[in-house]
Amino acid sequence: MIETVLSIGLPIDERLEIKKNRIVPLTPLTGEEKRISIVTGTHGDELEGQFICYELGRRINKDIIHLKGIVDIYPALNPMGIDSITRGIPAFDLDMNRIFPGSEDGSMMEHIAAKLVADLDGSAACVDIHASNIFLTEIPQIRISEETAERLVPLAREMNVDLIWVHGAATVLKSTLANSLNTIGVPTLVVETGVGMRITREYGERVTDGIFRLMKKLGLWDGETAECKEPMISDRPEDVSFLNAPVSGIFLPRVKHCARVKQGDVVGEIVDPLRAEVLNVLKAPCDGLVFTIREYPVVDEGSLIARILGGVAE
Amino acid sequence: MKKEVLYELKALYRDNMRINCRKFGSGEKAAVIVAGVRGNEVQQIYTCGMLVKRLQELEKHGKVTKGQSILVVPAINPYSVNIEKRFWPTDNTDINRMFPGYNLGETTQRIAAGLFEEITGYRYGIHLASNYIPGQFVPHIRVMDTGWDYIEEALDFGLPYVVKRKPHPYDTTTLNYNWQIWETMSFSLFTNQTDTIDTEGAEEAVNAILYFLSNKGIINYSGEPGCVSSLVTEGELLPIKSRAAGIFRPLAETGEQVAQGAVIAEILHPYDCSVKAKIHSPVNGTVFFRQQKSLAYANAVLFRIIPQK
Repeated sequence: MIETVLSIGLPIDERLEIKKNRIVPLTPLTGEEKRISIVTGTHGDELEGQFICYELGRRINKDIIHLKGIVDIYPALNPMGIDSITRGIPAFDLDMNRIFPGSEDGSMMEHIAAKLVADLDGSAACVDIHASNIFLTEIPQIRISEETAERLVPLAREMNVDLIWVHGAATVLKSTLANSLNTIGVPTLVVETGVGMRITREYGERVTDGIFRLMKKLGLWDGETAECKEPMISDRPEDVSFLNAPVSGIFLPRVKHCARVKQGDVVGEIVDPLRAEVLNVLKAPCDGLVFTIREYPVVDEGSLIARILGGVAE
Repeated sequence: MKKEVLYELKALYRDNMRINCRKFGSGEKAAVIVAGVRGNEVQQIYTCGMLVKRLQELEKHGKVTKGQSILVVPAINPYSVNIEKRFWPTDNTDINRMFPGYNLGETTQRIAAGLFEEITGYRYGIHLASNYIPGQFVPHIRVMDTGWDYIEEALDFGLPYVVKRKPHPYDTTTLNYNWQIWETMSFSLFTNQTDTIDTEGAEEAVNAILYFLSNKGIINYSGEPGCVSSLVTEGELLPIKSRAAGIFRPLAETGEQVAQGAVIAEILHPYDCSVKAKIHSPVNGTVFFRQQKSLAYANAVLFRIIPQK
């Protein structure tokens, strides 16, 4: 059943509507059912979640007999952004994932944020799907703050991702949807997978498999689920090395995403096309797995080039 | 006055981005004034420029107190200003959400870190700021309430209002908040324009800053206070919203006293300009904020009014 979570008038003959697909079991509802919420599309240029929402809905509908709880799928928290290829909220130049938990009395977008949090409140779990941005490609991973790790890591293990990355509390952004939901007691997993403006079907299928496993763990699904691989878990800051551009230029990668590198291997070069010069040769600071790689060639000094998970070299 | 480059970033094709400053006096780091963290803050840059002009005159006449130094940074983000983009040109990040910065991090984290290192350690920090919702304000000082109570100090600007604000989650990465954490008494100064220059508003802001610096013994300035400031909390700023969307026709100016029930705006139907809704003031009070846009979105905050006490 398609439900309108909120509807707000725009100046000329249009409404901003955020919708969800509520899928319920065939048996009559008792009111005691658990609910899982799948949200994506906070950033209008992150599209990996579009396939996951479609695929999840398709598979549940096909085997709905196995559904034992409520599934709410929100494919577009920022519908104007998705439909206009805009990362933030069009017309407001705001990053939607920096205004939570919002406020009923606040601006229009803060009001929307507050309504969304209220609608998601009460879920047994929430999966918030992101796709990095147009600059970086990511392996399927879940990012968790240190303070919620004890509660969330057991759930994240079900999600069929390659990596569970536990962050230090100081680096957690307080104004995200996930942080706001975790704060009010809705266990929320942030999935980062793939790259902005594209859909990586293989990753999408894996994450969808993971959501079914999570639903089974929570008692919302009693059908078959796919086997999942044991994720790598990184919970020490020193596990992950960051490689940032020391100079501005054009980045030419020398390794592929997910490559296993040795310390000192060339990850790529930053070149100056005007002078036909190599400005910098970027080398791996440690042995490990390149789980994030720069996709967009133009780099400023400081632009992230790669993240390497240490200790995973062959 | 000394001119210095506080931070420089080399680009691929563009000229280097330089964060310039002007330094007055010498000795104890007394006050730092910054502007132009976002690319559309033209009024704030102009105001800072006018402040530099006045400080030059004062310094020439020996009116900067001996042993006190003042740093002015008129444009933190020239790269965005020059291409008329509000946020960082490539990744659209907001430098004012990157403080205290990280010198090994992403570009705007590095800029924030490089700048922050230069502008910390001062007794007072003044940020000529703009709100994330574009609009006109009654000139005021905003102080973040982190538990360090120095709000009375803000009355020394002599602007109409001092607003005390409880930090929201997104405030923790702003310059104002982080100055406080690093023990600088920080103030955000808002005037009634951002994208366009309002010379009267700029002059009012410059006079307020000079008056403040004089009150703190940093300069010797004989100006008068603009007014006796009223202290309000953010919660007292009554939001006025519209349930209807359409063309916004404001009928009240910022600073105007409005009576309870007075019509302060109309929302017009875009196709025939008929009145879809009238916006009434629910209280007797002063219009503190008015949105800039000519279009009204449903549920958007069109005004904020300070109720009469």
